[in-house]
Amino acid sequence: MDATSPKSGKCCCSIAAPTTADGIASLQPVADQAVWSAPWVQGKVATPAGDVPRVSTSLTWADRLGGWKVRWAIGRMRYLIPPGLYAVGDPTDESPVLVTANYKLTFDSLRSQLADRDVWLIVLDTKGINVWCAAAKGTFGTDEVVRRIQATRVAELVSHRVLVLPQLSAVGVCAREVLNRTDFRPVFGPVYATDLCEFLDGGIKTPEMRLVHFSLRDRLAVVPVEMVHAAGKLLTVAVCFFLLAGLGSDGYSPERLMSVGLPSAVVFLATSLGALVLGPVMLPYLPGRPFALKGLWLGLLFSAVLACGTGLDAIGIGGRLDLAAWCLIIPAVASFLLMNFTGCTTFTSVSGVRREMRKALPAQLLATFVGVATWLVGRFV
Amino acid sequence: MFGLRYLRNAVTLTLNEATCNGCGMCVSVCPHGVFRMENRKAKVVDRDACMECGACARNCPSEAVTVKAGTGCAMAIIIGAIRGTEPSCGCSCDSD
Repeated sequence: MDATSPKSGKCCCSIAAPTTADGIASLQPVADQAVWSAPWVQGKVATPAGDVPRVSTSLTWADRLGGWKVRWAIGRMRYLIPPGLYAVGDPTDESPVLVTANYKLTFDSLRSQLADRDVWLIVLDTKGINVWCAAAKGTFGTDEVVRRIQATRVAELVSHRVLVLPQLSAVGVCAREVLNRTDFRPVFGPVYATDLCEFLDGGIKTPEMRLVHFSLRDRLAVVPVEMVHAAGKLLTVAVCFFLLAGLGSDGYSPERLMSVGLPSAVVFLATSLGALVLGPVMLPYLPGRPFALKGLWLGLLFSAVLACGTGLDAIGIGGRLDLAAWCLIIPAVASFLLMNFTGCTTFTSVSGVRREMRKALPAQLLATFVGVATWLVGRFV
Repeated sequence: MFGLRYLRNAVTLTLNEATCNGCGMCVSVCPHGVFRMENRKAKVVDRDACMECGACARNCPSEAVTVKAGTGCAMAIIIGAIRGTEPSCGCSCDSD
Protein backbone atom coordinates (compact mmCIF):
# COMPACT_ATOMS: atom_id res chain seq x y z
CA MET A 1 0.00 0.00 0.00
CA ASP A 2 2.84 2.30 0.29
CA ALA A 3 4.22 3.60 -2.90
CA THR A 4 0.84 3.23 -4.13
CA SER A 5 2.07 2.99 -7.41
CA PRO A 6 -0.89 3.65 -8.80
CA LYS A 7 -2.08 2.75 -11.83
CA SER A 8 0.73 0.97 -12.02
CA GLY A 9 -1.69 0.90 -9.95
CA LYS A 10 -4.50 1.51 -12.02
CA CYS A 11 -3.59 -0.45 -14.90
CA CYS A 12 -2.75 -3.75 -13.95
CA CYS A 13 -2.32 -7.07 -14.35
CA SER A 14 -4.05 -9.98 -15.76
CA ILE A 15 -1.62 -12.47 -14.44
CA ALA A 16 -3.08 -15.87 -14.02
CA ALA A 17 -2.12 -16.36 -10.45
CA PRO A 18 -2.46 -19.74 -8.90
CA THR A 19 -5.54 -19.55 -6.74
CA THR A 20 -4.92 -20.47 -3.21
CA ALA A 21 -7.28 -23.14 -2.18
CA ASP A 22 -9.23 -21.41 0.47
CA GLY A 23 -12.75 -20.43 -0.20
CA ILE A 24 -15.42 -19.81 2.30
CA ALA A 25 -15.52 -23.50 3.15
CA SER A 26 -12.27 -23.36 5.09
CA LEU A 27 -13.09 -21.35 8.16
CA GLN A 28 -9.70 -20.71 9.63
CA PRO A 29 -7.33 -17.75 9.80
CA VAL A 30 -5.04 -18.89 6.99
CA ALA A 31 -5.98 -21.95 4.98
CA ASP A 32 -2.67 -22.37 3.17
CA GLN A 33 -0.46 -24.36 5.51
CA ALA A 34 2.65 -23.33 3.59
CA VAL A 35 2.36 -20.02 5.40
CA TRP A 36 4.02 -21.48 8.51
CA SER A 37 7.31 -21.87 6.70
CA ALA A 38 7.28 -18.35 5.25
CA PRO A 39 10.36 -16.40 6.34
CA TRP A 40 8.27 -13.43 7.43
CA VAL A 41 6.17 -15.48 9.85
CA GLN A 42 7.41 -15.34 13.44
CA GLY A 43 5.45 -17.70 15.59
CA LYS A 44 1.74 -17.62 16.14
CA VAL A 45 -1.06 -16.20 18.23
CA ALA A 46 -3.50 -18.77 19.60
CA THR A 47 -7.12 -17.67 19.22
CA PRO A 48 -10.57 -19.26 19.49
CA ALA A 49 -10.64 -19.26 15.68
CA GLY A 50 -7.36 -21.17 15.47
CA ASP A 51 -3.68 -20.32 15.33
CA VAL A 52 -2.96 -17.02 13.63
CA PRO A 53 0.48 -16.53 12.05
CA ARG A 54 2.38 -13.57 13.47
CA VAL A 55 4.21 -11.54 10.83
CA SER A 56 7.54 -9.85 11.27
CA THR A 57 7.58 -6.06 10.91
CA SER A 58 11.17 -5.81 9.80
CA LEU A 59 12.18 -6.42 6.22
CA THR A 60 15.15 -8.68 5.63
CA TRP A 61 17.54 -8.58 2.71
CA ALA A 62 15.66 -11.52 1.30
CA ASP A 63 12.47 -9.42 1.38
CA ARG A 64 14.19 -6.50 -0.33
CA LEU A 65 15.68 -8.80 -2.97
CA GLY A 66 12.27 -10.40 -3.40
CA GLY A 67 10.70 -6.98 -3.85
CA TRP A 68 13.30 -6.10 -6.45
CA LYS A 69 12.64 -9.34 -8.30
CA VAL A 70 8.91 -8.73 -8.24
CA ARG A 71 9.46 -5.37 -9.96
CA TRP A 72 11.58 -7.01 -12.64
CA ALA A 73 8.96 -9.74 -13.04
CA ILE A 74 11.28 -12.54 -11.97
CA GLY A 75 9.32 -15.35 -10.38
CA ARG A 76 6.64 -12.90 -9.42
CA MET A 77 4.08 -15.47 -8.44
CA ARG A 78 6.29 -17.13 -5.91
CA TYR A 79 5.72 -14.05 -3.80
CA LEU A 80 2.00 -14.29 -3.36
CA ILE A 81 1.03 -13.85 0.25
CA PRO A 82 -1.48 -16.55 1.27
CA PRO A 83 -4.81 -14.82 1.93
CA GLY A 84 -6.14 -14.92 5.47
CA LEU A 85 -5.82 -13.42 8.92
CA TYR A 86 -2.47 -12.47 10.40
CA ALA A 87 -1.33 -10.94 13.66
CA VAL A 88 1.16 -8.15 14.18
CA GLY A 89 2.51 -8.09 17.74
CA ASP A 90 0.04 -9.38 20.32
CA PRO A 91 -3.35 -8.14 19.23
CA THR A 92 -6.34 -8.24 21.58
CA ASP A 93 -10.08 -8.03 21.00
CA GLU A 94 -9.76 -4.25 20.88
CA SER A 95 -6.94 -4.10 18.35
CA PRO A 96 -7.61 -2.54 14.95
CA VAL A 97 -8.30 -4.77 11.97
CA LEU A 98 -6.46 -3.74 8.81
CA VAL A 99 -7.20 -5.07 5.34
CA THR A 100 -4.66 -5.33 2.53
CA ALA A 101 -3.79 -6.99 -0.77
CA ASN A 102 -1.67 -10.12 -1.18
CA TYR A 103 0.91 -8.48 -3.43
CA LYS A 104 4.37 -8.94 -1.98
CA LEU A 105 5.36 -5.27 -2.14
CA THR A 106 2.07 -4.10 -0.68
CA PHE A 107 2.26 -6.53 2.18
CA ASP A 108 5.91 -5.68 2.90
CA SER A 109 5.41 -1.94 2.88
CA LEU A 110 2.45 -2.32 5.22
CA ARG A 111 4.04 -4.63 7.80
CA SER A 112 7.26 -2.63 7.83
CA GLN A 113 5.21 0.33 9.12
CA LEU A 114 3.71 -1.62 11.99
CA ALA A 115 6.70 -2.15 14.30
CA ASP A 116 5.72 -2.26 17.99
CA ARG A 117 2.02 -2.32 17.16
CA ASP A 118 -0.65 -4.85 17.92
CA VAL A 119 -3.06 -5.22 15.04
CA TRP A 120 -4.98 -7.84 13.10
CA LEU A 121 -4.26 -7.99 9.42
CA ILE A 122 -6.64 -9.44 6.84
CA VAL A 123 -4.90 -10.26 3.57
CA LEU A 124 -7.33 -10.55 0.69
CA ASP A 125 -6.88 -12.76 -2.33
CA THR A 126 -6.12 -10.09 -4.92
CA LYS A 127 -4.21 -12.54 -7.15
CA GLY A 128 -0.88 -11.00 -6.22
CA ILE A 129 -1.91 -7.56 -7.41
CA ASN A 130 -1.57 -4.27 -5.57
CA VAL A 131 -4.45 -2.47 -3.90
CA TRP A 132 -5.32 0.07 -6.56
CA CYS A 133 -5.07 -2.23 -9.58
CA ALA A 134 -6.92 -4.98 -7.77
CA ALA A 135 -9.66 -2.56 -6.73
CA ALA A 136 -10.01 -1.39 -10.33
CA LYS A 137 -10.23 -5.00 -11.47
CA GLY A 138 -12.68 -5.87 -8.73
CA THR A 139 -10.53 -8.47 -6.97
CA PHE A 140 -10.04 -6.05 -4.07
CA GLY A 141 -13.77 -5.56 -3.98
CA THR A 142 -16.83 -5.74 -1.80
CA ASP A 143 -17.36 -9.47 -2.36
CA GLU A 144 -13.80 -10.45 -1.48
CA VAL A 145 -13.85 -8.32 1.68
CA VAL A 146 -17.11 -9.92 2.80
CA ARG A 147 -15.89 -13.42 1.93
CA ARG A 148 -12.62 -12.96 3.78
CA ILE A 149 -14.29 -11.52 6.89
CA GLN A 150 -16.37 -14.67 7.09
CA ALA A 151 -13.59 -17.12 6.17
CA THR A 152 -11.12 -15.77 8.73
CA ARG A 153 -13.70 -15.67 11.56
CA VAL A 154 -12.35 -12.31 12.60
CA ALA A 155 -15.69 -11.45 14.23
CA GLU A 156 -14.88 -13.96 16.95
CA LEU A 157 -11.59 -12.25 17.75
CA VAL A 158 -12.53 -8.62 18.12
CA SER A 159 -15.21 -6.87 20.14
CA HIS A 160 -15.43 -3.86 17.81
CA ARG A 161 -16.74 -3.88 14.24
CA VAL A 162 -14.40 -1.53 12.39
CA LEU A 163 -12.21 -2.40 9.41
CA VAL A 164 -9.45 -0.11 8.21
CA LEU A 165 -9.00 -0.34 4.45
CA PRO A 166 -6.48 1.46 2.28
CA GLN A 167 -8.17 4.45 0.71
CA LEU A 168 -7.44 3.37 -2.85
CA SER A 169 -9.49 0.21 -2.33
CA ALA A 170 -12.58 2.47 -2.39
CA VAL A 171 -12.41 2.04 -6.16
CA GLY A 172 -13.59 -1.54 -5.68
CA VAL A 173 -15.12 -1.64 -2.19
CA CYS A 174 -18.50 -0.15 -1.37
CA ALA A 175 -18.28 0.55 2.35
CA ARG A 176 -21.99 0.62 3.06
CA GLU A 177 -22.52 -2.69 1.30
CA VAL A 178 -19.82 -4.36 3.40
CA LEU A 179 -21.55 -2.93 6.49
CA ASN A 180 -24.91 -4.27 5.39
CA ARG A 181 -23.56 -7.74 4.71
CA THR A 182 -21.17 -8.22 7.64
CA ASP A 183 -21.83 -5.68 10.39
CA PHE A 184 -18.25 -4.54 9.99
CA ARG A 185 -17.93 -0.86 9.19
CA PRO A 186 -15.13 -0.17 6.69
CA VAL A 187 -13.14 2.99 7.24
CA PHE A 188 -10.94 4.16 4.40
CA GLY A 189 -7.56 5.02 5.88
CA PRO A 190 -4.71 6.88 4.25
CA VAL A 191 -3.44 6.19 0.73
CA TYR A 192 0.09 5.46 1.90
CA ALA A 193 1.15 2.94 4.52
CA THR A 194 3.64 5.50 5.82
CA ASP A 195 0.71 7.59 7.12
CA LEU A 196 -1.03 4.64 8.72
CA CYS A 197 0.38 4.92 12.25
CA GLU A 198 -0.48 8.60 12.47
CA PHE A 199 -3.98 7.75 11.26
CA LEU A 200 -4.41 4.90 13.76
CA ASP A 201 -3.18 7.06 16.63
CA GLY A 202 -5.20 10.14 15.78
CA GLY A 203 -8.20 8.52 14.15
CA ILE A 204 -8.30 11.41 11.71
CA LYS A 205 -7.43 11.39 8.07
CA THR A 206 -5.84 14.69 7.17
CA PRO A 207 -6.48 16.09 3.67
CA GLU A 208 -2.86 15.37 2.87
CA MET A 209 -3.30 11.66 3.67
CA ARG A 210 -5.97 11.41 0.96
CA LEU A 211 -3.82 12.52 -1.92
CA VAL A 212 -1.88 10.23 -4.17
CA HIS A 213 1.47 11.40 -5.47
CA PHE A 214 3.61 10.55 -8.44
CA SER A 215 7.09 11.51 -7.34
CA LEU A 216 10.28 10.90 -9.28
CA ARG A 217 10.79 7.84 -7.14
CA ASP A 218 7.31 6.51 -7.96
CA ARG A 219 7.92 7.14 -11.64
CA LEU A 220 11.27 5.37 -11.59
CA ALA A 221 9.73 2.42 -9.76
CA VAL A 222 7.50 1.64 -12.73
CA VAL A 223 10.31 1.91 -15.30
CA PRO A 224 11.53 -1.69 -14.91
CA VAL A 225 7.97 -2.98 -15.10
CA GLU A 226 7.43 -1.11 -18.33
CA MET A 227 10.78 -2.23 -19.74
CA VAL A 228 10.14 -5.89 -19.04
CA HIS A 229 6.72 -5.53 -20.53
CA ALA A 230 7.87 -3.89 -23.76
CA ALA A 231 11.19 -5.72 -24.19
CA GLY A 232 9.94 -8.56 -26.38
CA LYS A 233 8.11 -6.36 -28.89
CA LEU A 234 10.91 -3.79 -29.08
CA LEU A 235 13.59 -6.43 -29.62
CA THR A 236 11.49 -8.00 -32.37
CA VAL A 237 11.29 -4.69 -34.21
CA ALA A 238 15.04 -4.14 -33.75
CA VAL A 239 15.76 -7.57 -35.23
CA CYS A 240 13.51 -6.73 -38.21
CA PHE A 241 15.50 -3.55 -38.88
CA PHE A 242 18.71 -5.54 -38.57
CA LEU A 243 17.64 -8.24 -41.02
CA LEU A 244 15.98 -5.92 -43.55
CA ALA A 245 19.16 -3.86 -43.73
CA GLY A 246 20.75 -6.65 -45.76
CA LEU A 247 18.47 -5.77 -48.70
CA GLY A 248 19.86 -3.72 -51.56
CA SER A 249 19.75 -3.24 -55.33
CA ASP A 250 22.54 -5.81 -55.60
CA GLY A 251 20.61 -8.43 -53.64
CA TYR A 252 21.04 -9.42 -50.03
CA SER A 253 24.37 -8.50 -48.49
CA PRO A 254 25.46 -9.88 -45.10
CA GLU A 255 28.06 -7.08 -44.79
CA ARG A 256 25.27 -4.53 -44.72
CA LEU A 257 23.84 -6.26 -41.66
CA MET A 258 26.80 -4.92 -39.72
CA SER A 259 27.25 -1.59 -41.52
CA VAL A 260 23.58 -0.61 -41.68
CA GLY A 261 21.56 -3.18 -39.76
CA LEU A 262 23.38 -2.91 -36.47
CA PRO A 263 23.32 0.91 -36.32
CA SER A 264 19.62 0.86 -37.26
CA ALA A 265 18.78 -1.62 -34.54
CA VAL A 266 20.83 0.41 -32.05
CA VAL A 267 19.10 3.66 -32.99
CA PHE A 268 15.71 2.05 -32.56
CA LEU A 269 16.56 0.46 -29.22
CA ALA A 270 18.24 3.62 -27.93
CA THR A 271 15.12 5.60 -28.83
CA SER A 272 12.92 3.12 -27.01
CA LEU A 273 15.15 2.94 -23.96
CA GLY A 274 15.46 6.72 -23.91
CA ALA A 275 11.70 7.16 -24.06
CA LEU A 276 11.04 4.49 -21.44
CA VAL A 277 13.52 5.99 -18.97
CA LEU A 278 13.70 9.71 -19.74
CA GLY A 279 9.96 9.98 -20.41
CA PRO A 280 8.95 9.11 -16.85
CA VAL A 281 11.84 11.10 -15.37
CA MET A 282 11.11 14.26 -17.35
CA LEU A 283 7.33 13.86 -17.34
CA PRO A 284 6.52 17.04 -15.39
CA TYR A 285 8.96 19.12 -17.45
CA LEU A 286 7.96 18.08 -20.96
CA PRO A 287 5.62 20.73 -22.40
CA GLY A 288 1.96 19.97 -23.02
CA ARG A 289 -0.63 17.87 -21.25
CA PRO A 290 -1.16 14.98 -23.68
CA PHE A 291 1.45 12.29 -23.12
CA ALA A 292 1.77 11.74 -26.86
CA LEU A 293 2.85 15.37 -27.15
CA LYS A 294 5.33 15.03 -24.29
CA GLY A 295 6.77 11.99 -26.07
CA LEU A 296 6.92 13.90 -29.35
CA TRP A 297 9.21 16.54 -27.78
CA LEU A 298 11.44 13.79 -26.49
CA GLY A 299 11.53 12.12 -29.93
CA LEU A 300 12.36 15.41 -31.66
CA LEU A 301 15.19 15.87 -29.18
CA PHE A 302 16.53 12.39 -29.95
CA SER A 303 16.21 13.08 -33.70
CA ALA A 304 18.17 16.31 -33.30
CA VAL A 305 20.89 14.47 -31.42
CA LEU A 306 21.05 11.84 -34.17
CA ALA A 307 21.15 14.48 -36.93
CA CYS A 308 23.98 16.34 -35.20
CA GLY A 309 25.86 13.10 -34.68
CA THR A 310 25.43 11.93 -38.25
CA GLY A 311 26.53 15.11 -39.95
CA LEU A 312 24.33 16.00 -42.91
CA ASP A 313 27.11 16.78 -45.36
CA ALA A 314 29.19 13.70 -44.82
CA ILE A 315 26.70 11.23 -46.23
CA GLY A 316 25.23 10.47 -49.62
CA ILE A 317 21.61 10.35 -50.71
CA GLY A 318 21.08 6.97 -49.04
CA GLY A 319 22.30 8.41 -45.75
CA ARG A 320 20.01 11.41 -46.09
CA LEU A 321 17.04 9.17 -46.74
CA ASP A 322 18.00 7.18 -43.65
CA LEU A 323 18.20 10.33 -41.58
CA ALA A 324 14.85 11.54 -42.90
CA ALA A 325 13.36 8.14 -42.11
CA TRP A 326 14.65 8.18 -38.54
CA CYS A 327 13.42 11.74 -38.03
CA LEU A 328 9.93 10.34 -38.66
CA ILE A 329 10.28 7.00 -36.87
CA ILE A 330 11.98 8.25 -33.71
CA PRO A 331 9.38 10.90 -32.76
CA ALA A 332 6.56 8.46 -33.58
CA VAL A 333 8.04 5.72 -31.41
CA ALA A 334 8.84 8.05 -28.51
CA SER A 335 5.37 9.58 -28.71
CA PHE A 336 3.71 6.17 -28.72
CA LEU A 337 5.79 4.85 -25.84
CA LEU A 338 5.07 7.86 -23.67
CA MET A 339 1.38 7.69 -24.57
CA ASN A 340 1.50 4.15 -23.26
CA PHE A 341 2.97 5.42 -20.02
CA THR A 342 -0.49 6.83 -19.21
CA GLY A 343 -1.24 3.38 -17.86
CA CYS A 344 1.46 3.70 -15.23
CA THR A 345 0.54 7.09 -13.89
CA THR A 346 -1.69 8.08 -11.02
CA PHE A 347 -3.61 10.86 -12.66
CA THR A 348 -4.74 10.06 -16.21
CA SER A 349 -8.42 9.47 -16.91
CA VAL A 350 -9.73 7.00 -19.44
CA SER A 351 -11.76 9.74 -21.18
CA GLY A 352 -8.62 11.86 -21.48
CA VAL A 353 -6.51 9.01 -22.82
CA ARG A 354 -9.17 8.20 -25.39
CA ARG A 355 -9.28 11.81 -26.48
CA GLU A 356 -5.53 12.11 -27.00
CA MET A 357 -5.33 8.73 -28.71
CA ARG A 358 -7.90 9.74 -31.30
CA LYS A 359 -5.55 12.45 -32.49
CA ALA A 360 -2.16 10.94 -31.74
CA LEU A 361 -2.48 7.34 -32.89
CA PRO A 362 -3.20 8.10 -36.58
CA ALA A 363 -0.30 10.57 -36.64
CA GLN A 364 2.04 8.07 -35.01
CA LEU A 365 1.03 5.34 -37.44
CA LEU A 366 1.38 7.59 -40.47
CA ALA A 367 4.82 8.83 -39.42
CA THR A 368 5.96 5.27 -38.74
CA PHE A 369 4.63 4.03 -42.08
CA VAL A 370 6.22 6.82 -44.11
CA GLY A 371 9.41 6.57 -42.06
CA VAL A 372 9.80 2.84 -42.55
CA ALA A 373 8.97 3.16 -46.26
CA THR A 374 11.61 5.88 -46.63
CA TRP A 375 14.12 3.74 -44.76
CA LEU A 376 13.38 0.82 -47.11
CA VAL A 377 13.76 3.05 -50.18
CA GLY A 378 17.11 4.10 -48.74
CA ARG A 379 18.26 0.49 -48.98
CA PHE A 380 17.91 0.56 -52.78
CA VAL A 381 19.42 3.91 -53.76
CA MET B 1 1.83 23.63 -19.31
CA PHE B 2 4.25 22.02 -16.96
CA GLY B 3 3.63 19.67 -14.09
CA LEU B 4 1.52 16.61 -13.60
CA ARG B 5 -1.89 17.76 -14.78
CA TYR B 6 -3.86 15.90 -17.39
CA LEU B 7 -6.20 17.16 -20.12
CA ARG B 8 -8.76 19.90 -19.53
CA ASN B 9 -12.51 19.21 -19.68
CA ALA B 10 -12.06 15.55 -20.52
CA VAL B 11 -13.72 13.63 -17.69
CA THR B 12 -17.23 12.26 -17.28
CA LEU B 13 -17.62 13.19 -13.60
CA THR B 14 -20.94 14.70 -12.56
CA LEU B 15 -22.25 15.73 -9.16
CA ASN B 16 -25.90 16.39 -8.48
CA GLU B 17 -25.79 18.74 -5.52
CA ALA B 18 -29.53 18.48 -5.08
CA THR B 19 -29.40 14.78 -4.17
CA CYS B 20 -26.11 15.00 -2.21
CA ASN B 21 -26.74 14.13 1.44
CA GLY B 22 -23.51 15.70 2.63
CA CYS B 23 -21.91 12.53 4.01
CA GLY B 24 -18.48 13.54 2.76
CA MET B 25 -17.56 10.09 1.50
CA CYS B 26 -16.48 11.40 -1.91
CA VAL B 27 -14.15 13.90 -0.23
CA SER B 28 -12.66 11.09 1.83
CA VAL B 29 -12.01 8.61 -0.97
CA CYS B 30 -10.90 10.92 -3.79
CA PRO B 31 -7.13 10.63 -4.28
CA HIS B 32 -6.91 13.93 -6.15
CA GLY B 33 -8.83 16.40 -4.02
CA VAL B 34 -11.56 16.86 -6.61
CA PHE B 35 -14.28 17.44 -3.98
CA ARG B 36 -14.70 19.76 -1.00
CA MET B 37 -17.50 20.13 1.51
CA GLU B 38 -19.26 23.47 1.42
CA ASN B 39 -22.44 24.23 3.37
CA ARG B 40 -22.92 20.53 4.13
CA LYS B 41 -22.85 19.64 0.47
CA ALA B 42 -20.10 18.18 -1.66
CA LYS B 43 -18.79 20.46 -4.34
CA VAL B 44 -16.49 19.73 -7.28
CA VAL B 45 -13.57 22.11 -6.88
CA ASP B 46 -10.99 20.58 -9.24
CA ARG B 47 -12.76 18.62 -11.97
CA ASP B 48 -9.73 18.35 -14.26
CA ALA B 49 -7.82 16.51 -11.54
CA CYS B 50 -10.33 13.64 -11.74
CA MET B 51 -8.84 10.41 -13.08
CA GLU B 52 -12.18 8.58 -13.27
CA CYS B 53 -11.19 5.89 -10.78
CA GLY B 54 -14.79 5.66 -9.66
CA ALA B 55 -14.20 5.48 -5.89
CA CYS B 56 -16.56 8.42 -5.23
CA ALA B 57 -19.45 7.04 -7.27
CA ARG B 58 -19.10 3.56 -5.78
CA ASN B 59 -19.30 4.92 -2.27
CA CYS B 60 -21.88 7.67 -2.73
CA PRO B 61 -24.98 6.56 -0.78
CA SER B 62 -27.36 8.90 -2.61
CA GLU B 63 -26.02 8.28 -6.11
CA ALA B 64 -25.35 11.96 -6.47
CA VAL B 65 -21.95 11.33 -8.03
CA THR B 66 -21.64 9.62 -11.37
CA VAL B 67 -18.56 8.88 -13.42
CA LYS B 68 -17.77 6.48 -16.20
CA ALA B 69 -14.95 4.78 -14.38
CA GLY B 70 -12.07 3.16 -16.18
CA THR B 71 -8.36 2.74 -16.46
CA GLY B 72 -6.58 5.63 -18.11
CA CYS B 73 -4.17 3.40 -19.95
CA ALA B 74 -3.55 3.65 -23.70
CA MET B 75 -2.57 0.00 -24.06
CA ALA B 76 -5.70 -1.13 -22.23
CA ILE B 77 -7.77 0.92 -24.67
CA ILE B 78 -5.91 -0.54 -27.66
CA ILE B 79 -6.32 -4.11 -26.39
CA GLY B 80 -9.99 -3.41 -25.68
CA ALA B 81 -10.46 -2.02 -29.19
CA ILE B 82 -8.80 -5.07 -30.77
CA ARG B 83 -10.90 -7.48 -28.74
CA GLY B 84 -14.00 -5.37 -29.10
CA THR B 85 -14.41 -5.07 -25.35
CA GLU B 86 -14.07 -2.36 -22.73
CA PRO B 87 -10.49 -1.25 -22.00
CA SER B 88 -8.74 -4.24 -20.55
CA CYS B 89 -5.39 -4.05 -18.90
CA GLY B 90 -2.96 -6.82 -19.47
CA CYS B 91 0.19 -5.36 -18.05
CA SER B 92 1.81 -6.12 -14.77
CA CYS B 93 1.88 -3.36 -12.36
CA ASP B 94 3.86 -2.42 -9.62
CA SER B 95 3.91 -1.39 -6.12
CA ASP B 96 1.31 -0.19 -3.81
